[in-house]
Amino acid sequence: MAERCAVIGVGQTHHKAKRDDVSIAGLVREAAKMALADADLTWTDIDAVVIGKAPDMFEGNMMPELYLAPALGAVGKPMFRVHTAGSVGGSTALVAAHLISSGIHKRVLTVAYEKQSDSDAMWALSVPQPFAAPLLAGAGGYFAPHIRAYMRRSGAPEYIGRMVAVKDRRNAMRNPYAHLHIADIDMKMVEESMMLWDPLRYLEACPSSDGAAAMVLSSEDALSGQYPPAWIHGMAMRSEPTMFAGRDQVNPRAGRDCSADVYAQAGITDPRRQIDVAEVYVPFSWYEPMWLENLGFCDLGDGWKLTESGATAFDGDIPWNTSGGVLSSNPIGASGMLRFLEVAMQVRGQAGEHQIGGARVALGQAYGGGSQFFSMWVVGSDKP
Amino acid sequence: MADRDDTAAAGDLGPVTTLATPIRLDFEFTPGVAQSRFLRGLERGRFIGQRCPKCGMVYVPSRGSCPTDGVPTTEDVELANVGTVTTYCVVNVPFAGQSIEIPYICAQVLLDGANISFMGLIQEIPADQIRMGMRVEAVWVDPDRLTPSLASVRYFRPNGEPDADYESFKEYL
Ligand SMILES: [Zn+2]
Repeated sequence: MAERCAVIGVGQTHHKAKRDDVSIAGLVREAAKMALADADLTWTDIDAVVIGKAPDMFEGNMMPELYLAPALGAVGKPMFRVHTAGSVGGSTALVAAHLISSGIHKRVLTVAYEKQSDSDAMWALSVPQPFAAPLLAGAGGYFAPHIRAYMRRSGAPEYIGRMVAVKDRRNAMRNPYAHLHIADIDMKMVEESMMLWDPLRYLEACPSSDGAAAMVLSSEDALSGQYPPAWIHGMAMRSEPTMFAGRDQVNPRAGRDCSADVYAQAGITDPRRQIDVAEVYVPFSWYEPMWLENLGFCDLGDGWKLTESGATAFDGDIPWNTSGGVLSSNPIGASGMLRFLEVAMQVRGQAGEHQIGGARVALGQAYGGGSQFFSMWVVGSDKP
Repeated sequence: MADRDDTAAAGDLGPVTTLATPIRLDFEFTPGVAQSRFLRGLERGRFIGQRCPKCGMVYVPSRGSCPTDGVPTTEDVELANVGTVTTYCVVNVPFAGQSIEIPYICAQVLLDGANISFMGLIQEIPADQIRMGMRVEAVWVDPDRLTPSLASVRYFRPNGEPDADYESFKEYL
């Protein structure tokens, strides 16, 4: 039987377009120190460090975990690096959790980051290759055709994307750590923003952020901290090939399988009713209705109706991304961990102005690459 | 002391926050046997795919095995020069290293006879007139400029056929 595992400390930086006051080492240390303080621990209490970020080519630092070890108190301790593209923040947290649930360690520090101002992600994602035409214009260029396919398949009206863009930015006004604080955002502002990858406009896309996230995970016999623990009720990763005949890029099977596994572990049969709040990786507005369907919050084709009804709004019955989500802060490597961290904050009751009252069960999800990596966990305030 | 003066002077200038260090990387790409077939086809102005012996799906370009069945693909299949736009976006964002003038149409093209689409540039049509289901044909570079690379395909353009029915390609989205 696996050991119980809980989140006992969280930390994140203020996410900004350019954190030129700190190096990458300073950035990750800032989040890690907050997580340790929240857990009432110091560096010496940590058994191992698990770190993740997006591909090394973004910043041009190969295997940065090696030089970040001193900044994270990891010298002489086991240190792991995780690579799963945009989902990496979630996968990194899960690798850390496995070190606890397997009984190997008692307290693990897990950290994820990106310093996009040091990098050129558009370039790194668009490197010419002889077997592909040089057309790919960053992540937006990759996902926009699949968004169009979703719109055609579901018959969703085009304003749904704008609704998500406005909702998540308004939520970000409640989160002091969010990168974007656009006080006067409305449907008109989104509609009038520049078309980048038709059908996606500028304000329907995530920003480019510097930031880091960190958590301290512990076993049941090593609990500490300022707030009650967030117990892990279920966790899973799935992946699928980027290219195979019959691949459903709108509703990937890896995502469906991953959520089915997590829900089975957590005893969830009706996600919309049983989950109180969710943080889901929505880097482009339309991924909210798409993932509502993929994660089983509604029937196929109905995701946009849930968004339109206000169900996912802050005061809806299943609030999604009350922190502002990836649409409001995107330090890529950390973006997935922020989803996992934010739901831990919700069930610990420490989410401040974006706290959903009485949240007891929460879902964190991250996806990455060409929608081929998925990682999820369900955390709860009750011991599983 | 001179040292102290130097330190003070440096302090007045503030910390160095960012340093641009351009890096160049030239690399050799080894395509392997399966991709060589595809690339050699491009050199002759042909799209060459491969069929899975188990599920019968035709992959282009083929990577030498079926991702679903995990078996080698050995049967070469020459595909048509025409196909269907399954979905697309119009790229209107500039980025470093971009080689095509914006706005341009980046489409998923499903060649007739293939079971998987690939990304292609659509030209000779205004960007606001592209449609899902549009029938297109490949336009190749002049024969003396063909190389084992997708650069041999200049772009795809509408071939004048009526649009394909949504039902005929919805499984490829
Ligand atoms: Zn097969």
